[in-house]
Amino acid sequence: MLHLLVFSVFGLVCVAGAINLLVQRHPINSALSLVVVMGSLAVEYLLLGAEFVAAVQVIVYAGAIMVLFVFVIMLLNAGVENRTKGSRVAMLFGIPGVLIGSVLVAWVLLQHSGTGSVAAGALPGPPKVIGWLLFHDFLLPFEVTSVLVLIAIMGAVVLASHPADVQQSAQPDGKEG
Amino acid sequence: MSLGEFILVSIVKIVIALGVLLTAVAYTVWLERKVVGHIQNRWGPTRVGPFGLLQPLADGIKFIFKEDLLPPHVFKPLFIAAPMIALVFALTSISVIPIGNWVTVFGIHTPLEIMDVNIGLLIVLGVTSLGVYGVALAGWSSNSKYSLLGGLRASAQMVSYEISLGLSLVGVLILAGSFSLRDIVNAQGGTFWGFIPRWNIFQGQIVAFFIYLMAAYAETNRVPFDLPEAETELVAGYHTEYSAMKFAMFFMAEYANMITVACLATLLFLGGWHGPHRFGPPFVQAVLPIFWFVLKVFVFLFLYIWVRGTLPRFRYDQLMAFGWKFLLPLAIANLVITALIVALRA
Repeated sequence: MLHLLVFSVFGLVCVAGAINLLVQRHPINSALSLVVVMGSLAVEYLLLGAEFVAAVQVIVYAGAIMVLFVFVIMLLNAGVENRTKGSRVAMLFGIPGVLIGSVLVAWVLLQHSGTGSVAAGALPGPPKVIGWLLFHDFLLPFEVTSVLVLIAIMGAVVLASHPADVQQSAQPDGKEG
Repeated sequence: MSLGEFILVSIVKIVIALGVLLTAVAYTVWLERKVVGHIQNRWGPTRVGPFGLLQPLADGIKFIFKEDLLPPHVFKPLFIAAPMIALVFALTSISVIPIGNWVTVFGIHTPLEIMDVNIGLLIVLGVTSLGVYGVALAGWSSNSKYSLLGGLRASAQMVSYEISLGLSLVGVLILAGSFSLRDIVNAQGGTFWGFIPRWNIFQGQIVAFFIYLMAAYAETNRVPFDLPEAETELVAGYHTEYSAMKFAMFFMAEYANMITVACLATLLFLGGWHGPHRFGPPFVQAVLPIFWFVLKVFVFLFLYIWVRGTLPRFRYDQLMAFGWKFLLPLAIANLVITALIVALRA
């Protein structure tokens, strides 16, 4: 009972954070709402018995990635965003589209999967199980993903570096590019 | 244990832990002023009480009664929330740190920590990694260039050194095979050949210990990595605009983080509460493990202060180059070698 109560409260916090993310006009408020979403998701994972995933969610998403988001917002000194009224096409097709889409997803989920509730701790959660799954059962997908991430990093480095600057600073005239 | 009993025991433990931690924070400040004073051929605090022992109390009263200035140009909600974020996460991380074995008090069998969880180490890492928001948001919301630079430096530095810090701990995790701080300490019991304790630092993790040491100094913004609050260039860095209790909260958060880092080093590398304890009457035998733990934490904190009194500050590019080009490869090498040795032994 207590379990369900805590789960529902954090579910509500999660949704509220997500809505706040969209409504806020200042990027830093939106970023902090996203931190709240990540944090409450971690609590939900914890309540489902996936303690390792919950901890990693906090360490990686809330503790590292979102810090970098905030860092970038601070660095660029992003101000309050201008709000437009939105295009009429978006109002006409967007909102019904989202509604139809979500109804479809809900319908498919209800039709094609066991919708019984999952007891806490019923799914594999301990770090040992996850390690075994990642490095044994799903080794190839795991390694392929790591190569994919590496390529993304290389792409970011290429995009961020200016070849012209590099050539300029290499010239021995004492001026930095 | 019934639910009511559980809640009662938890509350008692939280009150005790917070009381001990905050007192320790206050007296670490006193110790630092004393030791750094003597290093610099001064006396440090001497006026309030014997040896200046009541100085922390006087400072606390002063902080509470000072005028709480709110500069007009700040972003108010975050400016007020930032010190709270910093302090709350700094105090929370102590909750999963065990300081001894299970004890039975008044018929209640309970571990010597607030909560015994099987992913204790990950919780400490997660909570401390959230603490950076306090510093970063303080820097940004102050709306002042010195604060902003301090906040930027803090977030860049903490994210960079967190990687080395985490990797330095993986070697210990491989040796112990568990995320539970209690299991990690229990794996370090006993001795080699009867006289060398089986602490992780003597089990080949000495490189990891030094990586942890350096990364921890950077994580807690202490000398020689105190760039976020470098007085000579940034006035006071991220807390330039803060006064009274809000400033004190940052101060307390910094020292609480130091204590957490010292506790973690003791648990992971220095054998936790293990030490010679099979002598003396039963009561002494029961208290000795806690004594060893506190002693090791004290030695680590003393090292912190010693370093502060000895080393100058790094330059910012040196800090980043050291973290990414030296500490990180070293941590990865240590991890690979440890994993190889454990795999060969198995």
